[in-house]
Amino acid sequence: MSTAAPPASPPEAPVPAPRPRDWRRTFDRFGDLLLIAICAGAALLAVAALLAIGYQVVHGAAPSISKFGLGFVFHTNWQPNPPFEDFGAGTLLFGTVVSSFFALLVGAPIAIAIGLFLSLLAPKGVSSIISPLVEMLAAIPSVILGFWGIIVLAPFVQRDAEPFLHDTLGFIPIFGEPQTTGASVFTASLILTIMVIPIIASISRDLFLSVPQDIQDGASALGATRWEVVRGVVLPSTASGVIAASLLGLGRALGEAIAVTQVIGAGSEINASLFKTGDTLAGRIANQFPGAITELHQASLFYLGVILLIIGVASNLCAQWIGRRFDVSQRGATR
Amino acid sequence: MTETPAGFDPATDLTPSGNLRRRQAFSRLAETGATVAAVAAVAVLFIVVYSVVVRGAGALSLDFLTKGAPDGIGPAIVGTTVIVGIATLIAMPIGVLIALYLSEFTRSGRVAGAIKLTLDLMNGLPSIIIGLFVFGLLVYGHQQSAIAASVALSIIMLPLIARGSMEVLALVPEGLREAADALGVSRWRTVLTVVLPSALGGIVTSTVLAVARAAGETAPLIFTASVFDSARYNLNPTEAIPNIPVTIFQLSEEASPEAFTRAWGSSLVLVAAIMFASLGARAVLARSRSRMSR
Repeated sequence: MSTAAPPASPPEAPVPAPRPRDWRRTFDRFGDLLLIAICAGAALLAVAALLAIGYQVVHGAAPSISKFGLGFVFHTNWQPNPPFEDFGAGTLLFGTVVSSFFALLVGAPIAIAIGLFLSLLAPKGVSSIISPLVEMLAAIPSVILGFWGIIVLAPFVQRDAEPFLHDTLGFIPIFGEPQTTGASVFTASLILTIMVIPIIASISRDLFLSVPQDIQDGASALGATRWEVVRGVVLPSTASGVIAASLLGLGRALGEAIAVTQVIGAGSEINASLFKTGDTLAGRIANQFPGAITELHQASLFYLGVILLIIGVASNLCAQWIGRRFDVSQRGATR
Repeated sequence: MTETPAGFDPATDLTPSGNLRRRQAFSRLAETGATVAAVAAVAVLFIVVYSVVVRGAGALSLDFLTKGAPDGIGPAIVGTTVIVGIATLIAMPIGVLIALYLSEFTRSGRVAGAIKLTLDLMNGLPSIIIGLFVFGLLVYGHQQSAIAASVALSIIMLPLIARGSMEVLALVPEGLREAADALGVSRWRTVLTVVLPSALGGIVTSTVLAVARAAGETAPLIFTASVFDSARYNLNPTEAIPNIPVTIFQLSEEASPEAFTRAWGSSLVLVAAIMFASLGARAVLARSRSRMSR
């Protein structure tokens, strides 16, 4: 930035620059430094906030961590009432994993199909209308989706979907006897599926759009059908990105609290059947935290938060790591 | 050498047969599947929105929008506006500054990578964790307050605003910066008077999108602003003030028909506001993006 300095010839004494210019230059240098410092400060603040979140959640859980130790994670009892005060995350961990896994199992293929439709099949006009609509699905607040789940989806699930699945696939234990209310792990999984789809669909659409047209044309010219182009060129070259997108969707499903707590029925047992009630880590926190009875109860809910935080950050880091590798190979491919 | 291969008859027509027909049928099947998936997603959106509109429209009236608790949700509408407004005041400057830092002052390198990772992790945090954090930081030992709720929402908005602004700043033509450099304009003046104004539209729209996301967040609010008097208007940000998401949550747990009607009405108000903001912002963003990249 010193290009504006006058080319002073060495033997002569340096001529002092005109006063106002000099003042302005120091002012500018000061301005540069100040702006960089403020911007860097903002960035540091974000890093500090993230660290503070981790610290605060662990700090809140401290009484429970020191009382129950690591055994808490797989212990399946949850008795908040004062004489017992026994807490364990096992049931909730199970519910979280099952509901999120199911949501991903159903949601990811549908979302990837949507991504393919939007990027490769649909005419531009159609996809420019449907893309925002799919993303709009993610904009519906979870509390409204959960409320809709109680009133509209749960009765349908209880009346039609569960009996149908039980009758046709009842030999698999996960499709057990339908219950009297529609509040079940299954209903929660369906709500989570609806939440996961727009996330995975919009990321995979962008990934598929980034596949160079000429290698797709090359495959077509060799006689590949449209599906074979997708199967042989588009999916393999974006596979890691699609996996990363699915992991991001998984992170969303794991951490969803409100909608899940509305429809899952707050059960406290591990059931093989999806049609029974259950609960998740996030759902239990949302449900019991406002009315936590004792200090230890509250600390145990914080402990659930710690577990949730670790799972969430881990799935996110995995996604970033896998996605980064994708980026590198992409840059190599498009050059 | 001069014979044509056995079984090749140049006179046959070139319609696919056997294997090729099967492959094409499979391909068509896959195309249909993808189309059905997209239609299903849009159908789910319409079913949800339809339910909300049909059941919520009956609750809507001027009283519902302006009066307090038993009749309406006026205080909650105002309260959500206040909470989200304060959250925007916190998150927008910080988010834009982070975006400026990343796009103008550190193009690449480890620091930028670390900050981007921080933003990604923050974006992926379950919102209920953010609620726990703010509860421990601001509510525990004090009382619930709109400020605490705003801080929680600002943590949700921050990565969205930062990333959105970064994308827009990346679209500002390099020529503008070079022209400013060539005129001897210092860096900070370039950033504040050339780069930022030309990206302002995009920054505002990505902020609106973040607002649309934050306005519906419930999980952080039940720890920070859930014990309130929903009958009267309250603008004091040091107290828990009524807000729409928690109102819907509480009404949905009540299991009485009147409560459900009010919950549907509140949902309609919230969904309408969010859809309006978010579709509008998207449209503006798409237009400005195509204009800038031209």
